[in-house]
Amino acid sequence: MNNGRDNRENLSVSSFLLELGVYALFVTVYFFLVLHFLGGVLVYLYTTSKVSYAFVSLALIVAQGLLLQTLTTYLLRFFQGLVKRD
Amino acid sequence: MDFAISGVHVSPVYLAVVGFLVGILGGFFGVGGSFLAGPALFAAGVPMNIVVGTDLAHIVGKSIVAVKKHRTLGNVDFKLGLIMVVGTIAGVEAGAQLVQVLKREARADTVIASAFIVVLIALSVFIGWESWKTLQMQRRGLASASTTRRDASVLAHVAKAVQAFRIPPMIRLPTSEIGEVSLWVILGVAVVGGLFSGFLGGGAGYLRMPALVYVLGVPTHVAVGTDLFEVVISASYGTFTHALKGNVDILIALVMHTGAAVGAQIGATLTQKVHGAGIRLAFAPLPLLGALLMVYTLLTRH
Repeated sequence: MNNGRDNRENLSVSSFLLELGVYALFVTVYFFLVLHFLGGVLVYLYTTSKVSYAFVSLALIVAQGLLLQTLTTYLLRFFQGLVKRD
Repeated sequence: MDFAISGVHVSPVYLAVVGFLVGILGGFFGVGGSFLAGPALFAAGVPMNIVVGTDLAHIVGKSIVAVKKHRTLGNVDFKLGLIMVVGTIAGVEAGAQLVQVLKREARADTVIASAFIVVLIALSVFIGWESWKTLQMQRRGLASASTTRRDASVLAHVAKAVQAFRIPPMIRLPTSEIGEVSLWVILGVAVVGGLFSGFLGGGAGYLRMPALVYVLGVPTHVAVGTDLFEVVISASYGTFTHALKGNVDILIALVMHTGAAVGAQIGATLTQKVHGAGIRLAFAPLPLLGALLMVYTLLTRH
């Protein structure tokens, strides 16, 4: 019984570490690519059209929320499948 | 990293770490975490009016993740959440207009920060007192027969009195284990929460979550999930209206959210391991931390 519990805890810790790793990679790519190119466009929108800026801002944060959720769920399922096969 | 919209230089790592911490708190307590994120952004040099709008934006992305998790745990009362959205949006708009008035008079920083400190200290003291009393009551086996031992509250009589306030239309909320409650009570709670959300930033879950538990009598776990669902909609509206007024630096929000998204999932999973009064007692010191950070920033900022 303890082995089962230990396995679940190991799986949980491993999943968490994988999740952190994926996010660290994502955040690094995000900082160096997306925000670099997006920054100029957003500043332009902010100064020229607040309505467009408001719509784009909301769309960006919602899209990022859904993207991260989907990405994590998919990766965790994939990783848990690998652990079960082992 | 320079954020041209708000005109500040902040480390993206600092923003991601703040996002991660408030993400855990958000997923666990059902709050946006603005009681910590707001002071943390203010301490980094972000103007208070931008703090308010930006915090709302990052909460939208984070709460989507946490709501999906809570929905799978059966912790979301969609009917209650949708009703509350109406009152919350009215309150958010009123709060945002108040910020605009203060911004025009160049007093936004001091007034909003001071209001934040008062609200956070009061909230911390109240929740700490209530949850401590409830845990003592549970130890003595005095939990009210009408409340489950798992989610008893020493203030259960307040919710009963509110539910006895019968001005039609009356609403049935089976998911929240509430037989009937007046629509006007729900809207009242939502308007007050929305006002604080629009004025102080964040989703004001630090007020709405306790109000759902103490005033309406919603079980704590359902209050957490429902509040997050409601926050997604009301914070989206808040983000939009604040962005129109130039109070949102979406780049800061996007960076904060990268950390918050991980934390929100961890926090939501942790709610399965702790009982209602335990969640509330653990929550009690956190607003106080935000208040202390805000006081420190006000005292040291030029």
